[in-house]
Amino acid sequence: MNHLSEEQLILHYYGEEGGDALTVEQHLDECSECRAFYGSLQRVLNVVDTLPVPERSAEYGAQVWQRLERQIRPSRHWGLRMPVWRWAAAGAAFAGLMVTAFVAGHFYHQPTPLPITATDKQSGEKILLVAVADYLERSQTVLIELKDANPKGPLDISDAQALAGDLVSESKLYRQTAAHTGDTTVANVLDDLDRVLSDITHAPSQLTPEQLAEMRQKLESDGILMKIRVLDPKLDPKSGNHEGPEAKTAPGQKL
Amino acid sequence: MEATDAAVVSRARAGDSDAFRLLVERHSRSLFRLAFRMTGNQQDAEDVVQESFLRAYRQLGNFDERASFGTWIYRIAANCSLDLVRARKRRNDHTAAPADGEHMEDPLAQLASDNPTPERMALSGEVRQRVAEAMEELSPTERTAFVLRHFEGMRMEEVSRVLDCQPGAAKHSVFRAVQKLRRALDPLVSVAR
Repeated sequence: MNHLSEEQLILHYYGEEGGDALTVEQHLDECSECRAFYGSLQRVLNVVDTLPVPERSAEYGAQVWQRLERQIRPSRHWGLRMPVWRWAAAGAAFAGLMVTAFVAGHFYHQPTPLPITATDKQSGEKILLVAVADYLERSQTVLIELKDANPKGPLDISDAQALAGDLVSESKLYRQTAAHTGDTTVANVLDDLDRVLSDITHAPSQLTPEQLAEMRQKLESDGILMKIRVLDPKLDPKSGNHEGPEAKTAPGQKL
Repeated sequence: MEATDAAVVSRARAGDSDAFRLLVERHSRSLFRLAFRMTGNQQDAEDVVQESFLRAYRQLGNFDERASFGTWIYRIAANCSLDLVRARKRRNDHTAAPADGEHMEDPLAQLASDNPTPERMALSGEVRQRVAEAMEELSPTERTAFVLRHFEGMRMEEVSRVLDCQPGAAKHSVFRAVQKLRRALDPLVSVAR
């Protein structure tokens, strides 16, 4: 009599022996040696089965979300659209920027007392900082997703391209304003970023792994992410890291 | 009536972060169980859960809504665990051999209950130590395949999809895992009878 193999018995234990189930059962009824072997297999697997797992409370999911929320909030993925309130905030910042630019332009040729000009300028810068920080954050999200993508086949970047296109359209006003306020560091980074985002919008929407690698290499050689990260804490007035133009890095910067 | 995963995923894909929160709350505990069985370590399992949802969030745009979110997130968690176990093995290969049972935490010690159940009583200190050690001896792929088949009840076909290999290869990983466990534990359970 041919005995059952260990593989057959393992499949039988898991109920995956296919059409052989009856044959295996019959054999086990008739063959004491195979039955003994199967019994030992069952005992071993039953012992493994009793190895306990620490339980998590019903609140565990909420705790995971709390930690997760902190991680995902700074870098929203293009697959999840920016929430309405953020568009509203960006829109308000834009409107403020336009008004400030208009007011600043209006007083530009007039012998206006210095304190008023200084206040307008500070206010204009503050609005610029808020608007640009948000813009940089969204740009960074697009770039990081491309940099970190690890597809097995072609990668569809059409969503990223759509976002990059929107960002390119937005950037013109920021660049002009940065140039106008004399912040050359911001203006230069925005120029570089504009070129990178334009390249993304003009790339094929389906990237082969080789094209993706090439794009990733270009991102690294441009050092654009590093430039954004250097700029980001400086530009975010909420971070408390608002430093002078000479500041190169700041602690606690986020990707 | 509670919304189905499919409906919640649709909302999450449209940018509703509350919907994604709901998915996290629904699947965290089962993901933790899977991750703990695969990593054998509570902290690693916590990290795997976190990382899995982060990856899912980032890839939600590519998720095929016809598929099951539960299976998808399981697959991500299994792969995260696999990455972690492999990395740990590589690190250990380059450092001194760990002391017995160093990596696999004592699972019984982590149970909150002070009242031992019959199972807890039956699983003597020596047996549980040997089971933990035997699990540690499995290769990352064998361990993943075994956990998915044995504890999670996945069919071999599904295991092969998670491992991204042919069903035959998944089957052989399960076979090797069971053979190793049997060799390590059979003397123990035979004596215990």
